[in-house]
Amino acid sequence: MKPAPFDYFAPTSLDEALALRAEHADDSVVLAGGQSLVPMLSLRLARPAVVIDLGRVPGLEGVSEWDGGVVIGAMARQRAVERSELVRRRTPLVTRALANVGHVTIRNRGTVGGSIAHAHPAGELPGAALALDAQLVARSSHGERTIPAGGFFHGFMTTAIEPDEVLVEVRIPGQPERSGSSFVEVARRHGDFALAGAAAAIELGGDGAIADVRLVFIGVGGVPIRAGEAEAALRGQRPDRAAFAEAAEQAVTGLDPISDVHASAEYRRRVARAVARRALQEATPV
Amino acid sequence: MNGVRRSAPVDARVTLADFLRDDLALTGTHLACEHGVCGACTVLVDGASVRSCLLLAVQVDGADVTTIEGEAPELEPLRDAFRELLSFQCGFCTPGFVMTAVELLRENPRPSDEEIREAISGNLCRCTGYESIVRGIALAAERGR
Repeated sequence: MKPAPFDYFAPTSLDEALALRAEHADDSVVLAGGQSLVPMLSLRLARPAVVIDLGRVPGLEGVSEWDGGVVIGAMARQRAVERSELVRRRTPLVTRALANVGHVTIRNRGTVGGSIAHAHPAGELPGAALALDAQLVARSSHGERTIPAGGFFHGFMTTAIEPDEVLVEVRIPGQPERSGSSFVEVARRHGDFALAGAAAAIELGGDGAIADVRLVFIGVGGVPIRAGEAEAALRGQRPDRAAFAEAAEQAVTGLDPISDVHASAEYRRRVARAVARRALQEATPV
Repeated sequence: MNGVRRSAPVDARVTLADFLRDDLALTGTHLACEHGVCGACTVLVDGASVRSCLLLAVQVDGADVTTIEGEAPELEPLRDAFRELLSFQCGFCTPGFVMTAVELLRENPRPSDEEIREAISGNLCRCTGYESIVRGIALAAERGR
């Protein structure tokens, strides 16, 4: 199958890109890395009238320091971010999440912003963004706004990005002292979409008890899901296997994953419990 | 394109894979799934492996593209090793594996068995069961040093 015809624009400035988005809005889609969009075009799951290619807009691919953490341009290639020492040092959950995204060949072209804006329910980067309280910065021809990850993922592959907006950067706060993080997923084959995955981050207090914890699931709902109640229950507890097993159990009780050709809902729930436990254990700083 | 400057008009919706095969008659790049999961269409763009069915041809305007028909220092040892160890049967997936292996060996000239398997885990083969391919890449790595 081949893509249906569309009008193609390759703006060479962000202003030009935003003007195109303002003009075409709902009739347009943004082409970033293309690793999700192009197969959708080929399979005709997407038939936009207009494709706006950001590939020639300068200034959207940087990775730099931000407020103890990092700011990642929306067009930064996943492979470049995966290899970034700055990201590994300040926000290692992003590095771990990226190792699970497809294969190197995909990550050579796929972008951080594109993956988050695409918001596939099993997307690792959306899960990491939620777990890390990332801030998503969107621009339009009339201004800029910052959207917290907690309010960004509205539903199945639907985000807060408006039809006249472009996601331009992802801001991720740095991990506190005495904290760790982990990303664990299960897929039928390495690089496949996750059946279920968990992102975890744990901060220990001076007394060795859990001061703060994040636990986010991917692949078990239409959006990445934060296990808020399990997080609350873990705060103040010792970071031991019993606490994590109980937290994982609690975290999956509210889940309602789909059944499909790849796995039943029950299997996804069991995998979610297992990856939550493992992620929490691995995220415990030594 | 493989070291030679080429230019051609192309519709925006034509993928790089179709452009290579139909417009440039470079049919060594194969199409199987055409939606980015099998790796048969893998080529190098500015030295990085990409799935040519996941790029629009217009996106490589100004870039260096290398296909299986092209030149790279890693290609000769890979071709020799694949031939000697029969790292293929029908050959349909082979160019994709070879281009992926070119990138691997360029970045990591001494890959472990596990690293080879990890690097090619995005390429599907329906014939060989993969073992001969892994051995072929390992032999090419040894000889390339």
